[in-house]
Amino acid sequence: MSNKKNSIWSFFASVKLALFVLFFLAIASVIGTVIPQNAPPDAYINEFGANMARFFQILDIPDMYNSWWFIGLLIMLALNLTICTIERLPNVWRLVVQDNLETDIDRLAKMRPSKEILTSLSPEEAANCARASLAENGWQAKEAPRDAGILLFAQKWPWTRFGVYVVHTSILVIFAGAMIGSHFGYKGSVMIPETRSSDTIYSFNNQEPIKLGFEVLCKRFTLTHYANGAPKEFRSDLAILENGKEVLTKSIVVNDPLTYKGHTFYQSSYQSYKKFLISLTDNQTKQAETFLIEPGKEIKWPVEDVTFGIINREMTETPFLYKYKVWFKDGTGVAEPFWITDGDTTTVKRNGKEYTFALKEFFATGLQVTKDPGVWYVYTGCMLMLLGLMVAFFLSHRRIWVYIKQEGDETSVLVSGNANKNRPTFEKNFDAVNRSLEEKIKAAPETT
Amino acid sequence: MTSSQLLGISTLGYLVASALYIATLIFKTKKSGIAASVVTLITFLVQTVGIGLRWYESYHLGFGHAPLSNMYESLVFFSWAIVIFYLILEVKFNNRLIGAFAIPFAFISMAYASFGKGITQEISPLIPALQSNWLIAHVITCFIGYAAFAVACGLGCMYLVKSSAEDKPDAGLIGTLPGLKVIDDIIHKTIIFGFLWLSAGIITGAIWANSAWGTYWSWDPKETWSLITWFIYAATLHARFTRGWQGKRIAWLAIIGFLSVIFTYFGVNFLLSGLHSYGSS
Repeated sequence: MSNKKNSIWSFFASVKLALFVLFFLAIASVIGTVIPQNAPPDAYINEFGANMARFFQILDIPDMYNSWWFIGLLIMLALNLTICTIERLPNVWRLVVQDNLETDIDRLAKMRPSKEILTSLSPEEAANCARASLAENGWQAKEAPRDAGILLFAQKWPWTRFGVYVVHTSILVIFAGAMIGSHFGYKGSVMIPETRSSDTIYSFNNQEPIKLGFEVLCKRFTLTHYANGAPKEFRSDLAILENGKEVLTKSIVVNDPLTYKGHTFYQSSYQSYKKFLISLTDNQTKQAETFLIEPGKEIKWPVEDVTFGIINREMTETPFLYKYKVWFKDGTGVAEPFWITDGDTTTVKRNGKEYTFALKEFFATGLQVTKDPGVWYVYTGCMLMLLGLMVAFFLSHRRIWVYIKQEGDETSVLVSGNANKNRPTFEKNFDAVNRSLEEKIKAAPETT
Repeated sequence: MTSSQLLGISTLGYLVASALYIATLIFKTKKSGIAASVVTLITFLVQTVGIGLRWYESYHLGFGHAPLSNMYESLVFFSWAIVIFYLILEVKFNNRLIGAFAIPFAFISMAYASFGKGITQEISPLIPALQSNWLIAHVITCFIGYAAFAVACGLGCMYLVKSSAEDKPDAGLIGTLPGLKVIDDIIHKTIIFGFLWLSAGIITGAIWANSAWGTYWSWDPKETWSLITWFIYAATLHARFTRGWQGKRIAWLAIIGFLSVIFTYFGVNFLLSGLHSYGSS
């Protein structure tokens, strides 16, 4: 135990340190909310002047939450939590497992609450009353002969003494999860145009390409609006390709990502190109082709002798949904224009020929890609924290002793109890046992 | 009746209730105390119906969602949570005088929702980032916590008022307040309750952020301020549990903690920029 007595150990074991660290973390955290984070260096010079900007640079203020000193504070907190726990746990463990039937009898009378009842019943009869009262109120008693008397003991929820350590451990688990995430995971993004796929994403940290080991295909991106013009939904129909073969498809929206092999793909943005995707099929020959076209240009499909183009657009009755006027001609006769709504498919009937014509505005979907193997540790930590807080705040270790001893021609029944928290609630429990015991003693027939 | 009429009546109701609670404190009249409780309870019911009706109306507009999606709706819910929390306290501790330090918060919140600059009362559809069940869990957990902290702050003020007049304990209105030990105990319990819900609020927010953006924590100003608030209350609880702090110190910490809550709630929206911008109008 001598090494535990050294000053570094006791420094980290103190609750004072915890208070200081919490205080400094709170103060330090404010800085990063007031001074913009991760802005380009010039922004700091413009806003705060060159000297201040240099000062910020030295203290890592522009990326404050990853700075050595902020991480240092978090490490202090973690060390403090760990050492506090190591320091106090053995004691708590002893309190939880100890044999309370060996409690010093002299201490019982000094406990709060405690109460002595004198009765003319024999000790054994009084003990029977005590056993019954405890059992009636949900207390399971053990007993042992002590100093020519009988000691009964019952307790509830001794393990709740661990609650606060569960909370402390949960914070360490969350830290561990965050470290696992930052060491073995990454965050990046990728823009994938419709009908294209990508096997690479770009890291947020340094824009370095990261190979996924499989491909993500964006089959289709749709954007819908509310009547007031606010965006209603961003939806990407994605597929995962392994060696060019589709192994998984999912339509993702914000708040509903796709996960594959530890990578999660989040809908985060989109890009519009003022271009259109046309897919055209000759229903007889089954000849099909996809075109990426700009409006106002004449497009030729030589295989089928088809020429077409977009010549006009109008908003439909649905706000922000457009329909397009398409000019269409093939070998069978003169050009016939028709209207088609964005995203629709229509059949174009010509003299003896039939085509399936689909049009949609061309987008690229912006995906955020995360690999975070630590996230489940973080969630586990969060659940442990809530559980631990509830136990630590609302449950207490409650103990009741009843010591029965012959005192001259009377029997003394000493009822004592204690709880480590929420004493008023415990006192109600205690009074209930006491009341029931007094009634039983009064009602018991005298044998002498 | 429309929801906005009902919520307008609630604003008025909480004003009357606040006045009655304060009158009870000053004039020590039992009748005004009962009237205050009755008005509060009725207003609370009207407000509950108002919130429910607003929810229903949103379905009529074609984009139904729980009324917890913008500054106006959060203020209404904040006041609702303060009132239900207070009412439970009133019954549990059988003391009406706390109302003078709690119901005014509910009124201020409603008044600010109704008349505050730049706060739109319109029911608007949810943008994609908000289309999540975590929205409901997150807002409810946070605001139950905030409501408890508001009441703790009111109790802290009450404690300081009472203790500043300690030498003349039964003088005037101060004498009618609950004993210092009782107030201290209620402050402590209220902070514990709020802390648990704030923790749950931060956690549900983190889970939501992770399901929307793939990051459970990004040191966004709102997140950071909620954590600062959490640190303050965590320190308060440790100071009490392990160093035996109580009385004035805890009362001040209850007030400081609530200032941090207020800054997390409003200050971040108006003074700092970040991901939570949709909460600002």
